[in-house]
Amino acid sequence: MKTNLLSIFALALFFAGAPNTSTYQIGDSIADFSLKNVDGKEVTLSNYADKGAIIVFDCNTCPYSKAYRDRIIDLNSKFASKGYPVIAINSNDPQKSPGDSFDEMVSYAAKHDYKHAYLYDADQSIAKAFGATNTPHVFIVKKNAGKMVLNYIGAIDNNTKDAAAADKKYVEDAVEALLKGNKPETTKTKAIGCTIKWTS
Amino acid sequence: MIKFILSLFIIISYNLNAQTAQVIGVPQLEKLLSKKEEKLQVYNFWATWCGPCIKELPYFEAASTSMSADIQVNLITVDFVEDLEKVNKFIARKKLKSNVFLIDNVDYNSWIDKVDNRWSGAIPATLVINPSTGERRFVESELKEGELEKLINELL
Repeated sequence: MKTNLLSIFALALFFAGAPNTSTYQIGDSIADFSLKNVDGKEVTLSNYADKGAIIVFDCNTCPYSKAYRDRIIDLNSKFASKGYPVIAINSNDPQKSPGDSFDEMVSYAAKHDYKHAYLYDADQSIAKAFGATNTPHVFIVKKNAGKMVLNYIGAIDNNTKDAAAADKKYVEDAVEALLKGNKPETTKTKAIGCTIKWTS
Repeated sequence: MIKFILSLFIIISYNLNAQTAQVIGVPQLEKLLSKKEEKLQVYNFWATWCGPCIKELPYFEAASTSMSADIQVNLITVDFVEDLEKVNKFIARKKLKSNVFLIDNVDYNSWIDKVDNRWSGAIPATLVINPSTGERRFVESELKEGELEKLINELL
């Protein structure tokens, strides 16, 4: 109970609104970016992605991110070796959400044994470019003649509470389709999530 | 025995003083969203763990009281149904007077667009509908002081 109360308290942080600008759409080429990883090294999308990448706007503090944490880890172990590594990006303003500072990211990634990249979008420019609004919010890109083309935007699956009860695994299905050279059947989904805590 | 009476007393006073959240599914949500009432309908999507949602809740409570002749406020939480007790305790603690609903469906993609197709799914989100004209306003961010009144007044 104590932990429960503590985590509720930790989550009762100050979030801010999402900008409503039109951004990358399915089929668009993504501009390359470099951000600092929790290991201190810069990760550049075009180098890190082999055949493509599963980009997840994520954070330490959101209950939905926590609910999906193991599934995000599993996506990386399943697809990194097939050319689609997970690149998690935290864009939350640590002023608004102290639990999402770079230092907190480093310890969170260590605690949960992250094998995937966990990058810090300090000026929130990447979240804005993608039009990410909440966490976790997934964008799958596929390398095509040197360009990174957006093929899926949305949720991981259709059951936040219970991975086993999810009967639509949007991200897995999309990556499997791309690996076979097909277009994903579902390219856009929506899910409830925590608003990215924008710098006001 | 004393313990029993005491707990009975607590249960009774709890029920007298506080309303509780009504658990709804997608069909009831759709019904709620298409209510044919004269009053302007205000829908706020929130959760007990969402900081900005809790920050803006007092504006909804205040509007619900001061404009009770013109508007009806529906607070719809996306907390998991397993946390119903936590939600009810929150309602009691904050003495919420507006109607509170808990949407028990985590297949979010199946209903987000039924609320508003502009909604990405981030909370807080607020929808104001004038049932007589069908006009609607949708905002997917934390409302600051005066912003809710502005939305309401645009549709009144």
